[in-house]
Amino acid sequence: MATRTVRIGSSHGLHARPAKLFTQAAKDAGVPVTIAKGSGKPVNAASILGVIALAVEHGDYVTLSVDGEGAAAEGTLDTLSELLVTDHDEQ
Amino acid sequence: MTAFQGIGIGQGIAVGPVARMADPLPAPADVASTLDLATETERANTSLAAVARELEARGAAAGGAARDVLEAQAMMAEDPTLAEEIATRLADGKTAEWAVHAAFASFRDQLAAMGGYLGERAADLDDVSQRVIADLMGVPAPGVPSPGHPFILVARDLAPADTALLDLDLVLGLVTSDGGPTSHTAILAREKSIVAIVGVVGAAELTDGTTLVVDAAAGEVTVDPTPELIAATEQRIADRLALVNAPVVPGALADGTPVPLLANLGSAEHADAAAELGAEGVGLFRTEFLFLDQALAPTVEQQRAHYEKLLNAFPGQKVVVRVLDAGADKPLAFLNDAHEDNPALGLRGLRALRASEDILREQLTALAQADAATDADLWVMAPMVSTVEETKYFMAIAAEYGLKTPGVMVEVPSSALLADRVLAHAGFASIGTNDLTQYTLAADRLLGSVGAFQDPWHPAVLRLVQLVGEAGQHHGKPVGICGEAAADPLLAVVLVGLGATTLSMSPSALADVRHSLQQYTLDDARRIAAAALAADGAAEARAAATAATTPEMKEATSS
Repeated sequence: MATRTVRIGSSHGLHARPAKLFTQAAKDAGVPVTIAKGSGKPVNAASILGVIALAVEHGDYVTLSVDGEGAAAEGTLDTLSELLVTDHDEQ
Repeated sequence: MTAFQGIGIGQGIAVGPVARMADPLPAPADVASTLDLATETERANTSLAAVARELEARGAAAGGAARDVLEAQAMMAEDPTLAEEIATRLADGKTAEWAVHAAFASFRDQLAAMGGYLGERAADLDDVSQRVIADLMGVPAPGVPSPGHPFILVARDLAPADTALLDLDLVLGLVTSDGGPTSHTAILAREKSIVAIVGVVGAAELTDGTTLVVDAAAGEVTVDPTPELIAATEQRIADRLALVNAPVVPGALADGTPVPLLANLGSAEHADAAAELGAEGVGLFRTEFLFLDQALAPTVEQQRAHYEKLLNAFPGQKVVVRVLDAGADKPLAFLNDAHEDNPALGLRGLRALRASEDILREQLTALAQADAATDADLWVMAPMVSTVEETKYFMAIAAEYGLKTPGVMVEVPSSALLADRVLAHAGFASIGTNDLTQYTLAADRLLGSVGAFQDPWHPAVLRLVQLVGEAGQHHGKPVGICGEAAADPLLAVVLVGLGATTLSMSPSALADVRHSLQQYTLDDARRIAAAALAADGAAEARAAATAATTPEMKEATSS
């Protein structure tokens, strides 16, 4: 199990468009990924309803966990972390 | 040929067949399935996938911000957590309809309980749920119909999600049974220049395919019109098209008295379109959207960038920016999260800003920076000013930031009654007729049951406007109008007759108002205004003003 904790960069938090982009990428990863807010319960990262219901705001810390090890798992974490730290509303 | 009355939005007219928006589906019954588990599961999956594909297709067609909303909805339909919830219920022997309904409802309640932005997503979820259940039941999905030809949309009321997707090439007009002149539907119709009549009591009886004439100027829907009426309507549509395509000239009366016509804007995105329609500047720039849906106030830097974009669209022209107007219908968590029984009379507008003065100071800082970097003539005004003391407060704080032309909005009767004192201090006044009407008639503008009171033609409102007009003239200070009243072509003439020096409105109303002002001299306008002022009520004032516009009246009073 590979994990990483990142800080949310989107100024509107992980709602709306950022949530859609993130869950889409998690789904496309092809391996089970979970996301947890702070020390909360992890939810399926490919579930837009689960992700939105976390009510993640700008500046919150979330932990991603990928079911796997090695370069592939780290690559998935890189892609997803990048999405989370980017401010998608800054355009 | 029967006719129904309602509240017309704008001056347009349309003719075409009805397409009704399907009413929401009743919740499915919690009954045991008569099918086996595999069949029910297959039914649910097929409908969920069909709805997801349809939402994706609609998103691709809509583009822009609507596309993101629709794609997110498509993902909700195929959400793995939702699928588990549905599977659990199917395994209990429930029907696919009930399982889908109950699974969506469990998420819906969770989101609704969170309130705010997430609470609003509950409506998105309801929409997906209804679509899936409609597909399962083999009935039309609720929402905007797509009959494949131009139509007049008839609905109870429109949700924001419906309106975002309206195909304006196909929607000839809108008729709703609910909603008042300031409802979401009415605001959208004004923004997009859609011919619309809201609050039409008989609208529920209209059936698909029936031909209607929708005359917004008269507030009248005619069912099964005669060929003569259809021909006359088509002529009026052609005449209006010519009016809209007429050359754009600065707003002025028939005698040449200039009446600058300005735009009401809620975002810098629409500034260029307004300038194209002939806006000679901006009479009301609402800054709320920068703050809505935000847990924290935007930074000075974010605000400055947006204000600069706005000011750059109007070089050398006047742009009146209203500082944050929160409270009542637009609550903001970081300004005022206390529960109020009567928010329209609560801590809102300038009152809320004074209570969080750092937010006001940041906004003024950003405005002063944007002003220094651009060539527009920036004016700044405070909302909901109700005392002379508040006026002095705002003048002083705006002066600290070097803002050249600070002024106040007159929306509360106390400010209108004391306009001579208010304008002794303020650089200008801008009358917000929507709120001024709500406070003068003591009728909540968001409440349908008292919607009939929300009419700026009421002589009580007009008399207050007159007081402000006279005070402006006395002090040599400009008096603008920035409520929807200025968008009514005849009322615009009355307002000028009462002393308004500029009119600001939705850009879509500019052509009609420009044309109307050109028909009358300043003396005409004063005479028409006097007729309205002397009336007993709003309807009588409108009738008296209309009567005073006729050529016979002109001759009778000029001889």
